[in-house]
Amino acid sequence: MSKRTVELELATPGVDAQGRATRVPLTAAAEPGLAEEHMLVNIGPQHPATHGVLRLVVELDGETVVRCIPHLGYLHSGFEKLGEYRHYNQIIPLTDRTDYLSPMSNNVGFALAAETLMGIEITPRCTVLRVIACEMSRIISHMVWLGTTSIDLGAFTPFLWAFQERERIYDLQEMWTGARLTTSLTRVGGLMADIPDGFVEKLRHFTQTFPKTLAEIDGVLTRNAVWAGRTQGVGTLTAAEATNHSLSGPMLRASGVAYDVRKDKPYLGYETYDFDVVVGEHGDVFDRYLVRLEECHQSNRILQQALDRLPDGPINVDDPRVILPPKTRAMSDMEAMIFHFKQVMEGVKAPVGEAYVGIENPKGELGNYLVSDGTAKPVRWRIRPPSFINLSALPRMAEGHLLSDLIAINASVDIVMGEVDR
Amino acid sequence: MTASSPVPGALRSEIARDGATIVFVARDRLLEAMTWLKETPGEEFDYLVDVTAVEFRDRERPLEVVYFLRSLTRRADIRIKVELSTSDELAVDSVYHLWRGADWLEREVFDMFGITFRGHPDLRRILMWETYAEGYPLRKSFPLRGRFSRAEQVRQALNVNPEANYSLEELSIAEAAGDLPDDMRDRLRRGERGVIPEPPQ
Repeated sequence: MSKRTVELELATPGVDAQGRATRVPLTAAAEPGLAEEHMLVNIGPQHPATHGVLRLVVELDGETVVRCIPHLGYLHSGFEKLGEYRHYNQIIPLTDRTDYLSPMSNNVGFALAAETLMGIEITPRCTVLRVIACEMSRIISHMVWLGTTSIDLGAFTPFLWAFQERERIYDLQEMWTGARLTTSLTRVGGLMADIPDGFVEKLRHFTQTFPKTLAEIDGVLTRNAVWAGRTQGVGTLTAAEATNHSLSGPMLRASGVAYDVRKDKPYLGYETYDFDVVVGEHGDVFDRYLVRLEECHQSNRILQQALDRLPDGPINVDDPRVILPPKTRAMSDMEAMIFHFKQVMEGVKAPVGEAYVGIENPKGELGNYLVSDGTAKPVRWRIRPPSFINLSALPRMAEGHLLSDLIAINASVDIVMGEVDR
Repeated sequence: MTASSPVPGALRSEIARDGATIVFVARDRLLEAMTWLKETPGEEFDYLVDVTAVEFRDRERPLEVVYFLRSLTRRADIRIKVELSTSDELAVDSVYHLWRGADWLEREVFDMFGITFRGHPDLRRILMWETYAEGYPLRKSFPLRGRFSRAEQVRQALNVNPEANYSLEELSIAEAAGDLPDDMRDRLRRGERGVIPEPPQ
């Protein structure tokens, strides 16, 4: 693996004793006695550059990070414990709140796990709509990542562009589910609602205009000297290290490992879509940026294909034990009323057994592991949190870098504390 | 999609509802089995997807520690389980030295279930704070709202001292313990978070 170095003259403009302009080198001669003294710096939990309530205790030698000790749990909500006390459909609102930057994708991940456990086959229209939901989530999550990271590294403009695009998707989400963030889109066996009139046209307009913004962001960042200087060669992980640290998603692929759940363990018919797995080469912050930027293009391609093939038909499976009957029927038909009552009071029962379904979330592989003992509530609901596991490599990546690079590296992990702490 | 020859220490195997193979391994042969799975040519499970534990509502059933392994080279998955009887000591060997990704995952299982991973270099609580005294939240014996009353939880939260946010190891950086105000150092010295070493004279 080739190592990239950036040649920058570390100097700042100044004046000498005669008043002439000069350049003062930043690497000052070391003062004797300072070399062995380390400093303890606490960053967070309330700090904008930690992207949530992450707290880092950092041991510094001058400006160089010797050791970085993350402290988590400030947003721990016990979702997994709560899930053991709820019906499968009642868990779906909890999944909104884990990775709250891509709620619809989390909804889909949980619903797929519950359906695998129960052996339910969803309808073709529902499958395509879920693909649309996942790819919309990927775009908004990457837009937030891009905006916040560029602001961490001093670029304000891309932040505004990225959040504008995110706002357009949020409008679509609101149109579809009635909520911008707490979407609770899926139900076991289907969706909470079909897409409304005008949605397809609005989304198609988005997919046609979104690449222009991506090109603008690409234009101001990719060949920008400050951006390259701050990100290239920073926080490098080799392919072997990334694998050994169990990284997933863009973090893994930026290190050159071409593993994408959508290609390698396809779900929702992803094998029938034409898209590329984006792989980096150097495993540094810059390559993670390139991977995420290109993934937005690929998501856009998938969205266009999904819109082209969107079939007509029902969105829910035809099984009254799983899906609530329409309200009008529940109020007029005795049998429908009974199914309604049984589902609301008793919930949907899952057979004894266990199922793990991993999906490619924007941040990495989101796994939902459900264990059932035959009742309507899971014995164990485990979320494999991609950003928690990606964050665990932070101390390894930050060692030996400058404190300012620690901010860039932490931003590149793309954490969301709701998911890290759950 | 599975191990081609029997895993050392395998007791039995099952097929999960998602089609994955589950292999139950004897507790004292876990490390041997995991090393074999990672390093044998033709197995090469080089990626640890997840580590978690399951406790059943039936108190008679043993706890299970579940390891999700993946071979990125072969694109294959396998699930390894170790059963731990609740009457026994809840401890298994750590796989930290095989997969660095096990670091936080094992810490989380320890934090939530109280299962000890022998050989883990830094087995501390991770989501709950280090002085958390109510037990292990994901155990079935742990009530949903916690063991302590709401009033007691609030009282403890309000009485947390600033120095309690740092471990003694962190306070040894730059001899930070020596720079603390006297009342904080006194509390530490009284053993509220362990006894701090006296600074060299």
